[in-house]
Amino acid sequence: MTTPSSSAQTGAPQPQALLDVRGLSVRFRTVAGFVNAVNGLDLTIQAGEIVGLVGESGSGKSVSSRAIMGLLPPRTSTIEGSIRLEGDELVGLPESRYRRIRGERVAMIFQDPLTALDPLYRAGEQVAEVLRFHFGLSRADARKRVIELLDSVGLPEPADVAERYPHELSGGMRQRVMIAMALAGGPDLLIADEPTTALDVTVQAQILELMRSLVRERRMALLLITHDLGVVRELCERAIVLYAGRVAEEAPVAQLLSAPFHPYTSGLGASIPSILERRRRLPQIQGTPPDPATLPPGCPFSPRCPVALDRCATEMPPLTETGPGRRSACHRSAELIDGSLKIEWEVRT
Amino acid sequence: MIVKLASTLPAPARYRLFLRRLAAAPLVRNRAALLGLIVLIPLLLATLVPWLLTNADPIAQDLSNSLLGPSAAHPLGTDKPGRDVLARVIYGAAPTLLGALVVVVVSGVVGVPLGLIAGYYGGKREAAIMRPLDALLAFPALLLAVLVVTTFGRGLETVVLALGIIYVPAMARLVRSVTLVQRNQAYVDAGRALGYSDRRIIFRHILPNLVGPVVVQSTIDLAYAILDIAALSFLGLGQQPPDPDWGSMLADGRSYLLQNPLPAVSAGLAIMIAVICFNLVGDGLRVQLDPRERGR
Repeated sequence: MTTPSSSAQTGAPQPQALLDVRGLSVRFRTVAGFVNAVNGLDLTIQAGEIVGLVGESGSGKSVSSRAIMGLLPPRTSTIEGSIRLEGDELVGLPESRYRRIRGERVAMIFQDPLTALDPLYRAGEQVAEVLRFHFGLSRADARKRVIELLDSVGLPEPADVAERYPHELSGGMRQRVMIAMALAGGPDLLIADEPTTALDVTVQAQILELMRSLVRERRMALLLITHDLGVVRELCERAIVLYAGRVAEEAPVAQLLSAPFHPYTSGLGASIPSILERRRRLPQIQGTPPDPATLPPGCPFSPRCPVALDRCATEMPPLTETGPGRRSACHRSAELIDGSLKIEWEVRT
Repeated sequence: MIVKLASTLPAPARYRLFLRRLAAAPLVRNRAALLGLIVLIPLLLATLVPWLLTNADPIAQDLSNSLLGPSAAHPLGTDKPGRDVLARVIYGAAPTLLGALVVVVVSGVVGVPLGLIAGYYGGKREAAIMRPLDALLAFPALLLAVLVVTTFGRGLETVVLALGIIYVPAMARLVRSVTLVQRNQAYVDAGRALGYSDRRIIFRHILPNLVGPVVVQSTIDLAYAILDIAALSFLGLGQQPPDPDWGSMLADGRSYLLQNPLPAVSAGLAIMIAVICFNLVGDGLRVQLDPRERGR
């Protein structure tokens, strides 16, 4: 049995990863005591790769992304482990040096494009500010670049959009402006935290398509944080499923959905609606995610798991390799791999 | 198109065009703010160039003409020592209005940065800033002003400085609470994710978003400061006789209110009009400064 940290080296020896997160733990100090939001997360992203980070609310996916960006409140949170960007250690980096990384090497877009733009500045001014701040461009040079950027994110009449205030733009247009701002610094890694959740379904599809083409054009890596497996299927090559601040399973997306090696992933997959199958109700995973302040000693999913064994409640299953590029943290993953264990998800009426 | 044609138009048409453009200006389109602005003009003139508005001397006494009613020579009559009431109202504008302005500027210059730092950083910095201010807030404002003035000596300067400091906690608390709201807006997070420094976020992004509330608070403070300065002068702590001041005029006029109410009423009306028109303009400014409200 391997330890979680050594099992992170999956497959053949790879060139230096763009992002290499090892044993990341994030702890928050709250009035109710310490809360472990992320527990020993391992994660690698190669240049130009699109990786999905999937989980429900409270699974630690947003906290992980903020830890990578260095945006956690320093007074109430502690970070352990290592976050390396092209080999450079980010944990413990002084704020002044972290600022050069944010925007220039790693950029982030957020869920709510409605409030993520400053309401008092025109869209163009806000994109120009990034350019002027990071590259010291002159007003005129920045202006030209702004139009190019707005054009590259598929905004029609970019010169006109640049003159508008955020409240004069639609949600999809605002998200495009946000993406333009994130691209302005020419980052190698874009972290998108639920980028389409606040948007209409049709606009969602357009934004996903835009991100796909931008990643391809710019050889930029994308870490897509979402609770929507549909979005992951649409966009990602590889996905990491988080549960209670731990990696439950990691696999190429197609395999993750067709042959999950973790009961939680299997439950998530079973609850995706399908137009091929007419069902009154979708199956659901019973219970609710555990409170991160009081995690059980064993597998955090065991109380909700339909195939849990006795030892699942007491013994933490390690994250082990379950195939090429696949890892799973389940005591019964071997049975799931050889097909001897089938999980039936009951449909509650 | 109209812009290009303007220079070729005949004079009267050009004049009409100028009026039409003026009428389209946002602050002018807001009727209440326009009224406030118009009333502010004579008040400003009285503050800056009072000698242009009256030939009478506000200080010269003429005991043979005590407590006269309105006449051509004295449009608002005279007070007890026979001084021209209109002249005293006009010359009394400067100490009251400029004093109130300084009070608000002092409270803003001190209170806004304190509130911003307290609201943005929170924690120990917030406690270190806000607790002393809360203590200051616990004292009744006027009592504190009386205390300061009696300690450091009477006079308009002391009154204005004392009030300025007394107005700091209210401004700092307002700025802190609005900063707390702005601090949790996604654009602050987005700015941090783009690598912006705290200083840039505070001053370029949060501060401009505070302008609305701060302007409103300032105009309300301006109105209160006018009243407080008048009250302290009324108590004899501010502007010293014989220099004119609305508060002391009110105090003097009170004793012969039944023989001739005009001196007291004129000063009281001047205070009231100034307070109202600052409120109207302040409200208009708030609307004007917010791009989201501008289009309405």
